[in-house]
Amino acid sequence: MNAEAMPGYNYAYLDEQTKGMIRRAILKAVAIPGYQVPFGSREMPLPYGWGTGGIQITASIIGPDDVLKVIDQGADDTTNAVSIRSFFARTAQVATTTTTEEATVIQTRHRIPEAPLKSGQILVYQVPIPEPLRFMEPSESETRTMHALEEYGVMHVKLYEDIAEHGRIATSYNYPVKVEDRYIMCPSPIPKFDNPKMDNCQALQLFGAGREKRIYAIPPHTRVKSLDFEDHPFEIQSWDEACSICGSRKSFLDEIITDDHGGRMFVCSDSDFCARRVREQEGT
Amino acid sequence: MDAELLRVTGLTRYYGNRVGCRDVSFSLWPGEVLAIVGESGSGKSTLLSLLSGHLMPTRGEVSYRDRDGRWLSLAELSEADRRRLQRTDLGVVHQNPRDGLRMRVSAGGNIGERLMALGQRHYGRIRGSGLDWMERVELDPGRIDEHPSAFSGGMQQRLQIARNLVTSPRLVFMDEPTSGLDVSVQARLLDLLRHLVSSLGLAVVLVTHDLAVARILAHRMMVMRGGEVVETGLSDQVLDDPCHPYTQLLVSSILQA
Amino acid sequence: MSIPMISIRSLAKTFVLHTQGGTCIRAFDGVDLDVAAGECIALHGPSGAGKSSLLRSIYANYRPSAGSVVISHDGDGVDMTSALPRTILDVRRRSLGYVSQFLRVIPRVSCLDLVAERLTAMGVGLDEARDRAGRMLARLNIPERLWSLAPATFSGGEQQRINIARGFIRDYPILLLDEPTASLDGENRTTVVAMILEAKKRGAAVVGIFHDDDVRGRVADRCLQLNRPE
Repeated sequence: MNAEAMPGYNYAYLDEQTKGMIRRAILKAVAIPGYQVPFGSREMPLPYGWGTGGIQITASIIGPDDVLKVIDQGADDTTNAVSIRSFFARTAQVATTTTTEEATVIQTRHRIPEAPLKSGQILVYQVPIPEPLRFMEPSESETRTMHALEEYGVMHVKLYEDIAEHGRIATSYNYPVKVEDRYIMCPSPIPKFDNPKMDNCQALQLFGAGREKRIYAIPPHTRVKSLDFEDHPFEIQSWDEACSICGSRKSFLDEIITDDHGGRMFVCSDSDFCARRVREQEGT
Repeated sequence: MDAELLRVTGLTRYYGNRVGCRDVSFSLWPGEVLAIVGESGSGKSTLLSLLSGHLMPTRGEVSYRDRDGRWLSLAELSEADRRRLQRTDLGVVHQNPRDGLRMRVSAGGNIGERLMALGQRHYGRIRGSGLDWMERVELDPGRIDEHPSAFSGGMQQRLQIARNLVTSPRLVFMDEPTSGLDVSVQARLLDLLRHLVSSLGLAVVLVTHDLAVARILAHRMMVMRGGEVVETGLSDQVLDDPCHPYTQLLVSSILQA
Repeated sequence: MSIPMISIRSLAKTFVLHTQGGTCIRAFDGVDLDVAAGECIALHGPSGAGKSSLLRSIYANYRPSAGSVVISHDGDGVDMTSALPRTILDVRRRSLGYVSQFLRVIPRVSCLDLVAERLTAMGVGLDEARDRAGRMLARLNIPERLWSLAPATFSGGEQQRINIARGFIRDYPILLLDEPTASLDGENRTTVVAMILEAKKRGAAVVGIFHDDDVRGRVADRCLQLNRPE
């Protein structure tokens, strides 16, 4: 890809060598589902913690024929989502959209879109802490050994502690999963509500952690199972309320405080999904 | 007679030019408690690490006969197999219980970890094992959800023992298990260990500098000095009829209460 | 001619005290002895003649400098001077009982359990073992209120009786007794003599050191004289 509209910058910001390195890491990650591949994370024009990992992956895979959607907590119109979307519009001259079904690459922070993804789409997750064992084991060399030897007893210890303390598994986001019956993986801080969408998904799922310098992947049609106990099986969240805007009872709802008197409303977190339902109901 | 459990031949470990331990050989059978006695620098801790597979020998071999009767050379096992063996068949009780416990995990979680690592997935049953073992080591089962920091040193030590014994290991290594504890607490722990050894038919290798502990707990004794075994025999033999000059020195140095 | 329960040949023991400049102390020398089932041998000799040392050498508590000690165990002879440690432990567990002069106290273990342990180690159930231990202690006039206590604070005579209870609770084929009546009064002494005679009657071989001439006279069939080595 040639540098075109932006003088002094390569297509999609990263130089070709870096893209090559990241693509090699992605290939390795796809070959070993759920395994964290180290990569040489570059300085990006936004600080760590703002999605540098996701951006580097998107920059390495995007092409002029792609259509990019960027969401943050499900919404296309938050500051971060808007910034990243316009960044790629400028550096990669790529078309952008808010409609999930139209996108070929979707970069997301902390949610999976409600609309089922299809073959040919790529979902790029922004990941803060890629290592699921970090909370128990601070040593990097030890966690690598544990992954290599499939020593995952501590993950269930964490769930055990949850049940002992709260009577149920209280982890509600960043809920650990086992990929293809082998590697345990952090799905990033998506709500556990979204975990089932990762299982046997038609799209390719890529995960990037810029600060921690790790890339991992779930190829299409891969088994992804959330950890649980036989007598405390995995459950997703549910609400008594429906979305105040579109009436959905099946999507992940955000709770919005409307006034100082305890007034609240529940609204779909996925803004595109919500808007589309409204359009369908209004017949437009 | 049951079969030999551990066979050690010519076990040697150097740290550069320095001798950790040299030419140690012995066999151990189920139900036997062997005390390795010596002062600091005698090589006893090195020997314990070699026996439990946490350190690799320079020369010689540590062979363990598994539950199917096969002889396994610890140094030749893959890391995965060795670590698995350390979780199922072997136990290590550290001198400082904080080295052998997860301090931020509840007592029940500590005891259940090995079970979960082996694939047990039923919370109720795992917790049941935790309650059962806490009783067996004389800890109040009502405290199963408390963290180890809430327990005294002696109780932490008993928790560490429970954490190791939950997978019914056949061979347990203990490094100065009673040091640092009050005398009355030591007595209680020794009592517990004696019962567990006899009721579970455990084989134990125990490192201690305390001859009284060796006499109470161990059937057999090895005296180490400068990395070598200078005397070996039944505990009462070595303590009542010490032959080697160093052993005689050690025995005569015990303060009589 | 039946096979002796104990067969000792040319047994000698010399202590080398390295902490005292390598002084050699000869405990005993050139001992030969056969003891048959049902026999009681008294070791006789002045103090320092090596009687206790000989007894301990038979038990393999002391390791002899020379000679052999063959104990009949499961119908075979086991040489205690060269047997494997686990074999010696097995012989002591099942064939060879030893009543020492001093009771070694384990902290926190009640005297009832100290005695019962000898049975539970053989697989006897805890309740039955404690029951039999209690009856043995009662026979030796240890009052029931003391059974649950650790014997650390008991008198010498009480400790000695617990030692004896441990030695006689099992029907050992061979018994080694070191001054079993030394700290006992008349009634208890009589009880112990009766116990020794019962053991002999059931075929036990006994080797003992008996300070009391009267006791010796009643239990011993032969004497082995030991003299203080020069």
